[in-house]
Amino acid sequence: MSQHVSMSASEAIHLRNVVFGYNPRVPLLRIDELVVADRQRVFLYGPSGSGKTTLLGLITGILQPQQGSCKVLGHEMTKLPLSARDRLRGAEMGYIFQSFNLIPYLTVRQNVALPCQVHKRRRKNIIAPTLNEEVERLVRRLGLESHLDHNVKQLSTGQQQRVAIARAVIGKPSLVIADEPTSALDTDRREAFMNLLLEVCDEASATLVFVSHDRSLMSHFDQQISVSDISEVCA
Amino acid sequence: MTILRLAWLSLRSRKFTSGLTIFSIGLSVMLLVGVDRIRQGAQLGFEGTLSQTDLVVGARGGSLPLLLYSVFHIGTANNEISWDSYQHFAHHPAVLWTIPLSMGDSHRGFRVVATDDNFYEHYRYRGNRSLQLAQGSRAEGIFDAVIGSAVAAQLHYHLGQKIILSHGLQGSFLKHTADPYTVVGILARTATPVDRAIYITLLGDEAMHYGWQNGAPPLEPIPASQIHPSDLHIKTISAFLLRTRSRIGTLFLQREINTYKPEPLTAIIPAFTLEDLWNVLSAADIALSLVSGAVLIVGLLVMLTALYTSLNERRREIAVLRTVGLNARQIFTLFILESTVISAVGAAFGLTVVYIVLFAVRIPVENNYGIPLAMVGVSWRVAIYLGSVVVAGALLGFIPAVRAYRNALIDGLNAG
Repeated sequence: MSQHVSMSASEAIHLRNVVFGYNPRVPLLRIDELVVADRQRVFLYGPSGSGKTTLLGLITGILQPQQGSCKVLGHEMTKLPLSARDRLRGAEMGYIFQSFNLIPYLTVRQNVALPCQVHKRRRKNIIAPTLNEEVERLVRRLGLESHLDHNVKQLSTGQQQRVAIARAVIGKPSLVIADEPTSALDTDRREAFMNLLLEVCDEASATLVFVSHDRSLMSHFDQQISVSDISEVCA
Repeated sequence: MTILRLAWLSLRSRKFTSGLTIFSIGLSVMLLVGVDRIRQGAQLGFEGTLSQTDLVVGARGGSLPLLLYSVFHIGTANNEISWDSYQHFAHHPAVLWTIPLSMGDSHRGFRVVATDDNFYEHYRYRGNRSLQLAQGSRAEGIFDAVIGSAVAAQLHYHLGQKIILSHGLQGSFLKHTADPYTVVGILARTATPVDRAIYITLLGDEAMHYGWQNGAPPLEPIPASQIHPSDLHIKTISAFLLRTRSRIGTLFLQREINTYKPEPLTAIIPAFTLEDLWNVLSAADIALSLVSGAVLIVGLLVMLTALYTSLNERRREIAVLRTVGLNARQIFTLFILESTVISAVGAAFGLTVVYIVLFAVRIPVENNYGIPLAMVGVSWRVAIYLGSVVVAGALLGFIPAVRAYRNALIDGLNAG
């Protein structure tokens, strides 16, 4: 029993017997068990339509399963109210989309600072003395210092994705989720992006869940999970 | 980063549509507030033109035309009243003072009013203000003229200036060339129609028409030097202003004048007649207010359309804000704030423009149309207008806000 408790403490994500469908009567995803250990780098793969993004919605608490248990960062998401899940997501998770990650009317600086301005807990975790310096430190780390006060629309796709990394890891969230972040990048920039992402996640000591259909990236990760294997997609 | 700041930056990034929306709301506020301010300004202006006068008396006719031509110099008198009738009431025991007025001539578009010392003595405007001479003295000699401040300013006249009066109003070809008048005084500014008139003596008015027969001048102009005051007799005047000794006496005297046997006369109480004028104008006021109300609805719908159509392209933005940790309620607030900011900025813009425009046109309107416009502050009515524009904007914001809120919940992270 005590062993089980200590096991769950080091689990970042634990899904059990989860059933979900956008229409509650038509289940889309069935997962018997999915466990991601703390500080792991996990590669989630599967063909498009296999329910990868839906699974991320469940992990981040944006979606709620109809059945089963969904434990993330020590919280049972199915028992948390909507507002508490929103708070947990903002305070403990960083998210990178495939593209269009940034708020178009904010500058690079404002985009990166956003999570710390919304959540005190993220702000407390910064390394530099002030938020502004932390933003500058991260942006410099990602090689974008010359674009700090530029509008994000002036940046290339690769640069925008790097800004998204900075925003995802600022304030050391426990969990970083990347949903096909490299699919808009060419091969050379993909490698550079992967290396940067893995490095800054290590520095933030965050668990990384990386979703992609591109299996060539698999080798960067500690754990590889095929969504098709763990879930049964119902038509 | 507060939600308000996000809303502001978001609106700023859509400058063109936000600007257009703000402009259309501003325009409707401008109309709504403008109509109201002009109405109140004109009311105050008219009411301030004449005070302490209990009755205005003229020949039998409409009460509104009598008030308009005698006090505001709008329109003309159709009939005259005899000097005898005037004398009768000027010496009536219930009467405190009278101011005789004789009109019908002009000088370069400005009315010429013949009157006597009582005018300088008793005329009151805006409560208890009396007429002051900025320069010179009252008109006392037959060929003396005192000019209003607007006349002096527009025609660049100064003391000693010789002026020639023309018969009838603007554009008359009959000029009293024989009798040049001299400017002996310039009145201080009153911001009433007094500023736009030239005042001569009653005898001066008679002198102008000396030797005329059946409304036509004599064939040979009679030089001024040949006219002596003893030759002149005042036969008629156009109207007179009157103050009674007691307020109660006013109604009795009005009845007495209206039923005066020797001559058909009309006596009016200026405040009541002005009230009639506002009643006449209130239909136009309501029509204008309805039009501005319709424009306001259109403006608000433009805003709704702009916010609603931007929702689809903003789905991604909403998804990003949710992953950053904004909850659905905050996203709801963001949209409400956007519509509130638009309507508030629109209202402020409209109000500012109204006041700038009113300030700019005040003097030209007074000079060209004789309508005195007082500068008036923001009334309760205007405050309620502005408040309801902002509230209506905020309420309309609920529609896109609810959509955005639901999108945020339904889309999850799929919006791409």
